[in-house]
Amino acid sequence: MSASLAGTPLLELRDLTKRFGGLVAVNGVSFTVMDSSVVGLIGPNGAGKTTVFNLITGNYRPDRGYIHFAGQPVQGLPTHRIIMRGIARTFQNIRLFQQLSALENVLAGCHYRMRGGILSALLGLPAQRREEQQALERALQALEFVGLRQQALALARNLSYGDQRRLEIARALATEPRLLILDEPAGGMNEQETEALIGLIGRIRARGITILLIEHDMRLVMRACEQLVVLEYGGKIAEGPPEQVRRDPRVIEAYLGAEDEV
Amino acid sequence: MKNPNRSTGLLAVGAAALLALAPLFLNAYQVDVLNSIGLYALLALSLNLILGEAGLFNMGHAAFYAVGAYTAAILNTRYQVPILWTLPLSGLVAGLFALLVARPVVHLRGDYLLIVTIGVGEIVRIALVNDVFGITGGANGIFGIARPKLFGYVIRRPQDFFYLIWGCVALSLFLFWRLKQSRFGRALNYLREDAVAAEGSGVDTAYYKLAVFALGAAWAGMAGTLFAAKMTIISPESFSFWESVVLFMIVILGGAGSMAGVLLAAFLVIGLPELFREFAGARMLVFGLVMMVMMVVRPQGLLPARGRRFTLATPGREQKP
Repeated sequence: MSASLAGTPLLELRDLTKRFGGLVAVNGVSFTVMDSSVVGLIGPNGAGKTTVFNLITGNYRPDRGYIHFAGQPVQGLPTHRIIMRGIARTFQNIRLFQQLSALENVLAGCHYRMRGGILSALLGLPAQRREEQQALERALQALEFVGLRQQALALARNLSYGDQRRLEIARALATEPRLLILDEPAGGMNEQETEALIGLIGRIRARGITILLIEHDMRLVMRACEQLVVLEYGGKIAEGPPEQVRRDPRVIEAYLGAEDEV
Repeated sequence: MKNPNRSTGLLAVGAAALLALAPLFLNAYQVDVLNSIGLYALLALSLNLILGEAGLFNMGHAAFYAVGAYTAAILNTRYQVPILWTLPLSGLVAGLFALLVARPVVHLRGDYLLIVTIGVGEIVRIALVNDVFGITGGANGIFGIARPKLFGYVIRRPQDFFYLIWGCVALSLFLFWRLKQSRFGRALNYLREDAVAAEGSGVDTAYYKLAVFALGAAWAGMAGTLFAAKMTIISPESFSFWESVVLFMIVILGGAGSMAGVLLAAFLVIGLPELFREFAGARMLVFGLVMMVMMVVRPQGLLPARGRRFTLATPGREQKP
């Protein structure tokens, strides 16, 4: 697959800064995500992790710094264009299309690779029907992949919490991304579901998709990630393989300090 | 009752057949009421794309209706363009007008967009009253619009208009149903459900907001042509804020995103007040009360939208979500 590309940078963040009024949410953060790796972005609550994700996917514009994806700058592009470049994401507080079926949710991910416009839909041209059929099959494959094939026609809001998280991953995978960014994928999951999620992350990786994830579940982080980036108060305080990061005095202090405040 | 889909299908076919034969046993006044209902149904179906499918709060739909009606009337009375020929043109003009006004405001969130569209509706009405460009005839409007001709046959009697208007309704139902089953139709629903997630899945939300505004407005513009042809006189008072409110009500009352619901609500909202004419003043009171009760006990509308149907291969059988 992309074995030849392994070891080349896929996503590069340099000196990324974002202010909200007087608050510096992200402060001069730089890190690199190598192709075909699984990288974890960790840190105490309010460290700016989700803001970094929102900067990558263009929900916010950086005040300073740049983001390169596959060698091309992506900062300042509208979100859907960034998705089209090959970055897909899930959301911390699950954002599914609640009143639509799981299948229709995943078809959203297939959307931008389709061409049919208003006219071809109104006329029901054969090319349009064929394209719809192909999208349907792709969407079903994505559901199958995350283990939701049987729930294809269930409304998203009727799915269990864990299934909703997996459905978000299926929708993201349907965009056929090179980089998948997951915002707390194990949030609200029980132990069994988390175990299945670790397996799913492994299978996504085996497809040659690079993963960047935010997670608080340290067991998942330690097992799934090969590289960690630690943020505190918007700045990067450590970076490296999990074993090294977990012994880093600054990281230990950040986590203990955070607990002291509670 | 083994198959609910089949029985609702039969019901729909029966209702359509009854409607198609209605002019044979109704008097001219009653047929005229049906024609009104048809025009409102056409307008409400076009608003349903914007409000029901895409979730964009538009309470100025009468403005696009007016632009279409005036385009047809001006082309017909000044340039003698046959009224039915102006149909695509008034659709185009109304659609372009919608693009123009929606472009700077369409990103606004629900309630803000609602207020802006009310403003647009009022501006159009006042512009018409003040005879902009000296071609709208001011408060008197435009009269002397020629009767439509179809293959040499002059459409004049209410029964003739009945088939013209309801033919357009049927065609719209068919086309909008196709649209709903497509990538375009789904994109509108993604917008309504969660615009951030839609954009984050690669859907160009700004494009679809504008596109659906233009499409809905173009359809309203074409309905305006039919209105001008039916009335032969148009004036600004036909396109008041109240018209926009009624259309908004029809869509919400019927069930946002549900074409069957919108049709039913058009019959109730436009037809019922005609049935209860003798109660004069009290009918609007009753009407308002019914509206309030409906929204409390059945906020999803009379006939809520049903999910799309997909035929899936392996686990078999056609299911609905």
